[in-house]
Amino acid sequence: MNLIQEYIEFWEIRYENIFEYLLEHLSIAFVSIIFAIVLTVPLAIGMTKMKNERLKQAIFNVANFFQTIPTIALFALLIPIFGIGFTPAVVALFLYALLPLLRNTYAGVESIDQGIVEAAKGMGYSTVQRLAKVELPIAVPYIMSGIRITTVYIISWTTLATVIGAGGLGDLVMAGIGSNNTYMIFTGTALAIILALTVDLIFGLIEKRLSVSRG
Amino acid sequence: MIQLKNVNKVYEDGFHALKNINLTFEEGKLNVLIGPSGCGKTTTMKLLNRLIDYTDGELTIDGKLISDINPIELRRQMGYVIQSIGLFPHMTIYDNVATVPKLLKWDKQKISQKVEELLKMVDLDPDTYRERYPHELSGGQQQRIGVIRALAAEPKIILMDEPFSALDPISREQLQDELVRLQKEINKTIIFVTHDMDEAIKIADQIILMRDGEVVQKGSPHELLTNPINQFVEDFIGEDRLRQARGLPPMTAFVDEDYPSVKVTESLDAAINVMVEKKKDQMPIVDADDKYLGILSLYDAVKNRDSEIKNLVDETVIAYRESAEVEKFVASKETIAPIVREDMSFIGVLDQDQLLEVLHEQVDQKSGVMS
Ligand SMILES: Nc1ncnc2c1ncn2[C@@H]1O[C@H](COP(=O)(O)OP(=O)(O)O)[C@@H](O)[C@H]1O
Ligand SMILES: [Mg+2]
Repeated sequence: MNLIQEYIEFWEIRYENIFEYLLEHLSIAFVSIIFAIVLTVPLAIGMTKMKNERLKQAIFNVANFFQTIPTIALFALLIPIFGIGFTPAVVALFLYALLPLLRNTYAGVESIDQGIVEAAKGMGYSTVQRLAKVELPIAVPYIMSGIRITTVYIISWTTLATVIGAGGLGDLVMAGIGSNNTYMIFTGTALAIILALTVDLIFGLIEKRLSVSRG
Repeated sequence: MIQLKNVNKVYEDGFHALKNINLTFEEGKLNVLIGPSGCGKTTTMKLLNRLIDYTDGELTIDGKLISDINPIELRRQMGYVIQSIGLFPHMTIYDNVATVPKLLKWDKQKISQKVEELLKMVDLDPDTYRERYPHELSGGQQQRIGVIRALAAEPKIILMDEPFSALDPISREQLQDELVRLQKEINKTIIFVTHDMDEAIKIADQIILMRDGEVVQKGSPHELLTNPINQFVEDFIGEDRLRQARGLPPMTAFVDEDYPSVKVTESLDAAINVMVEKKKDQMPIVDADDKYLGILSLYDAVKNRDSEIKNLVDETVIAYRESAEVEKFVASKETIAPIVREDMSFIGVLDQDQLLEVLHEQVDQKSGVMS
């Protein structure tokens, strides 16, 4: 009983603070994911029309390379270039988001039944019209699912942004560790999980909406 | 009219897929490209809507070089139906059928009327199906939509690449029948690819049989069936179909030359004697020059013993020329078929036992094929 009362008191004192962390967390995650989407979705679509296999492979290799650098190391590497704070955190997470987004979008457009593509060509769609009216609408559920999975990852990784002073829920956890405050550690962790689950749920619903009424 | 003159296609990897193709697809005709898998049917068809460009030669549509026609515009003026149907899964049936009219910016009212008309044409109720999605339709219904989608913008030319081969036999037959009926109504130039000879024979005006990138024989189904130019064509058509097409042999194959005849100048008693001796109840009567006159029946002869042959001859029993088709006799209700030369001179009588034997054989073979 005592524990719950204390925890409620903790929230009463700290709630403004906690929301600030939460907001910071969300903005880091979403800014990086939005930049990543803006770059990768058109790129991946362009790649499905690309004849040059080598260039395609090179792009995948670069995206893959960023994935292999440990998160902490990547943050550290970015400090000399971007200093500390919001910017390097966003850049690092952006780089992490590239591969899953690229891969899902590319696979989504590639997986469209060749018969459908051929019918569209044969009926006289131009390449752009075909992309806009046929290929993208069919691939949207795949692309959305890539965005959903990647966003969940990024929200979880954003917790580490605290190490370069970008704030977010990671700050709450670190501060809890520093001052040996279990409530802070618990709250930071729990909110990060809830945030990830909520985003997953909402994006999942959107994805479902987009893929109803087709075969 | 579409014309291919010495057209060759060499793919990027060096494969020579079409070799000196010379073809004419006449307006309003249903042309079927047929041949074993990999012989170049699809390649030939895709030259026509420029999904593939040819390497050399000349391809013209109504006298215009195809390379001078914008491919996008060309495709909008041609219907295109493929084996995998390729309906757009995210669009309703209405939007699928309306695809090309929309690309051509027809006005809404006109598109709506056209879609309705086409759905009715293939027996799909517009109110029921217009707003459905492709996956809510059976395979046969989906391909009906595939076909009317190709017709929607009223193209003069329709390309169909094995459109029915993935369907169950019943849907396939129905769609073939519908296509033949449609073709009579709308009178398009159709280029139809298949590997099914029965389908080709059933629907084609012109069959083009290909092998290894070359045209082996082209002509009407009747021409191919009755005059295959080589063993490959015969094998591809198949023994059963050839035999069926040849039908029954001509009269000469069945003529019984030993059948007696009696001159009209002889006595009635002599005629009766011959009939009794040879166990015949009908006797062909000829004149002094051996020309056929008619039939004397034993019954009439015995009943009118005092009469003469010339009074008793039944001239209504007609004679057949050697070259006549046996089917004519089979179809008539006659009991005897005298056979004569061009100058009416008597040869003999159709041997009905032998005919019966051949007929039985054919019936056996047909039922054998079906079981
Ligand atoms: N893009 C391509 N590159 C190389 N060879 C091809 C290509 N497309 C088809 N071919 C070859 O050309 C031949 C004819 O193909 P196709 O016209 O599709 O045959 P069909 O439709 O009669 O079965 C085949 O041997 C096939 O392997
Ligand atoms: Mg083919």
